[in-house]
Amino acid sequence: MSNELDFLSRRVAQGRLSRREFLGRATALGVSATFANSLLAGAARAEGPVKGGILKAGLVGGESTNSLDPALFMTQVPFAFGKMWGEMIVELSPEGDLEPRIAEEIGSSDDAKVWTLKIRDGIEFHNGKTVTPEDVVATLERHSDENSKSGALGYMKGIESLKASGREVVITLKEPNADLPYLLSDYHLVVQPNGGKDGADAGIGAGPYKIAVNEPGVRHGGERFANYWQGDKMGHADQVEIIVINDATARTAALQGGQVNMINRVEPKIVDLIKRLPGVTIRNHSGPGHYVFIAHCNTAPFDNNDLRMALKLAMDREEMVDKILRGYGTVGNDFPINSAYPLFSDDIEQRTFDPEKAAFHYKKSGHDGTVLLRTSDVAFPGAVDAAQLYQQSCAKAGIKVEVKREPGDGYWSEVWNKQPFCTSYWGGRSTQDQMYSTAYLSTADWNDTRFLRPDFDKMVIAARAELDNEKRKALYRDMAVIVRDEGGLILPMFNDFIDATGDGVGGWVDDPHQELMNGYALAKCWLEA
Amino acid sequence: MSSPILKLIAQRIALGILLLLAVSVLIFAGTQILPGDVAQSILGQSATPESLANLRAELGLNDPAYVRYFNWLGGILTGDLGTALSSGQDIATSISGRLWNTLFLAFWAAAVSIPLAIGLGLLAVRYRNGWVDKLISGLALASTSFPEFFIGYLLVYFFAVKWQIFPGISTVYDGMPFMDRMQAIALPAAVLTLVVLAHMMRMTRAAILNVMQSAYIETAELKGLSAIDVIRRHAFPNAIAPIINVVMLNLAFLIVGVVVVEVIFVYPGMGQYLVDHVSKRDVPVVQAVGLIFAAVYITLNIVADIGAIVANPRLRHPK
Repeated sequence: MSNELDFLSRRVAQGRLSRREFLGRATALGVSATFANSLLAGAARAEGPVKGGILKAGLVGGESTNSLDPALFMTQVPFAFGKMWGEMIVELSPEGDLEPRIAEEIGSSDDAKVWTLKIRDGIEFHNGKTVTPEDVVATLERHSDENSKSGALGYMKGIESLKASGREVVITLKEPNADLPYLLSDYHLVVQPNGGKDGADAGIGAGPYKIAVNEPGVRHGGERFANYWQGDKMGHADQVEIIVINDATARTAALQGGQVNMINRVEPKIVDLIKRLPGVTIRNHSGPGHYVFIAHCNTAPFDNNDLRMALKLAMDREEMVDKILRGYGTVGNDFPINSAYPLFSDDIEQRTFDPEKAAFHYKKSGHDGTVLLRTSDVAFPGAVDAAQLYQQSCAKAGIKVEVKREPGDGYWSEVWNKQPFCTSYWGGRSTQDQMYSTAYLSTADWNDTRFLRPDFDKMVIAARAELDNEKRKALYRDMAVIVRDEGGLILPMFNDFIDATGDGVGGWVDDPHQELMNGYALAKCWLEA
Repeated sequence: MSSPILKLIAQRIALGILLLLAVSVLIFAGTQILPGDVAQSILGQSATPESLANLRAELGLNDPAYVRYFNWLGGILTGDLGTALSSGQDIATSISGRLWNTLFLAFWAAAVSIPLAIGLGLLAVRYRNGWVDKLISGLALASTSFPEFFIGYLLVYFFAVKWQIFPGISTVYDGMPFMDRMQAIALPAAVLTLVVLAHMMRMTRAAILNVMQSAYIETAELKGLSAIDVIRRHAFPNAIAPIINVVMLNLAFLIVGVVVVEVIFVYPGMGQYLVDHVSKRDVPVVQAVGLIFAAVYITLNIVADIGAIVANPRLRHPK
């Protein structure tokens, strides 16, 4: 039977049998539709990409205020469109390795302070110019300038000097950082002619698609760039189009009606309904994003570690994943790192719901009265429900939680990072160092748990400079345990990215870094013939 | 046309302009009351006292409020709406495309709904209290009672997903062929039609029924005119003033109140543009859009007034 299926699926891939006929015959052979579909996808991959057509995505996360300046990218649509027209210095592969792009080789001095990038020959910008080491230097300069509004400035500030010599770019850092190559994969760091200093929002890059249409908040379109340096791997469709569809129902309807080939952010609530639609495939995969309940470690009553421990133990994580994520996620362990990160240690004991132990710590903390938890719809999808579930599970441990629902408008400016106990989310970062540096260093602006620990800060700096991966991994493990046992972070769940594709989309590869194959879905997928 | 009419019309227009000025003062004052100023919203978290002072001087925020108001007003009168804080683009340029889209949708929704509503209203009067009347009223009231997003989703489900006759998302762009554009706006225009239909239809029906009580209608009937002729020749012209009023109100709704429909169908109009900028605290854009909406409202009301005056001899010749 499997021989026959193989044969049939190859026939489809070669275009000699229609997809529907194949599914019909496969079902006749007693194979489930899901399995038959996956067979088909495998065969199509083996057969290679199909060139041509218009590939369309309907995405949430675009506004009429979006700019083409990569420094200002923040939401999903500019992010995904940036990967269409821009080329990166390095990128993370779906397996989590570094993938050389414009920089074909990266080397460092022994102390991880001086880094050398060898710039690839023969990559061309859409305006016909060749990508030079000077362009890379100018790009990094623009993003590391103190006055720049770049979203990457936080990491780029660590650059002391930049120099182009021959085909190389030499980066000297203020402090050693073993993670520099990962930091260079930040999606803001799109290489532009002269670094975008002559026109940051000109929209000229070296990516697989040239910008054909740019109507912020409405649609963005690209045409295949004939001189793209990796035309066999990316840029299969003749044209790509992103249509901004911020309404979840409209997005689903557009996919169902065939107006778009893929959508992002399917709500967990409706995944099971969408799964049943003919032709639609749910593409969910775990990522570094997580939903959190955060307490300020320096504000009463949360300055007491027993109270924090009680609050952590009173969290029913399984229930959160089941009811809030509908199973599309994994339980968290009160530190912000999971297997999506390099150098993750999976041997740290999983914290579980334990009302008795929670009650014990609660008593020991001496706290009396209620604990005020602020939440809002915008904190994460289902945040208000999650807060209420948490209120119930806390009650089982004898902890009284008062849930206060705050307006979504102004939540990020008035509640998050201001009030001592609230719900929030993190999208995650590409390395452990980035995550800890952004939100757990004493000096970090976004230290939203007010985790002020000089000893922990030292470990972050030490791990940054450590080039020996074994030692680094051990350091990161110790740091994770400190955050887990003494921090103000309650992390019940890591959420999956949930995208969906319609009929006949080939070439999908799960990528744990960001949604839509780390933004490359339109460039790497193709329309099956 | 006699001169009293011209005088009345001139009066109305002058009043409208005054009202618009008053609204502009209100909008300006409202945005002044908000905590923080434009310089602060531009710089955001990274604001230092020094950069704030520089930017304030650059934007002229140190001038007294009335000076700034007149500068702003002067700019608007000369077509300069300023630049958006969030994207640095010229507001007038970005609004014009959006406004045109909104007007395009409103125009076609009106072109369908107004004749339909008036026609159905006349029909309802002709067969008043019979099953035709009840059916028309029932359906129209039902479609109005459902929230517009519900009707929108319902139409999307059947026309875009099930039968795939019309697209479920109405993205339109410059240079789109006319027929494609019409097809794209079919569903949102249908939703808007359903939403405004009942109001206009019921008003037409009520206004005409009111006139039908008059003695001259009885005379017309007695001299042997057919029922539809009585309505068309005698009742409708006398009932037109309230009908114009309600039509204009609904037209205004079609232009300024379509945010929900625009969001559902992803239609790039003014509503979506306003919402995006409100959430970014982009004050100059919000001011500009607010003023445009107010102008639309006031203009349509003036038209309604003038229409009512012209249609009604008693108003035309006040004692």
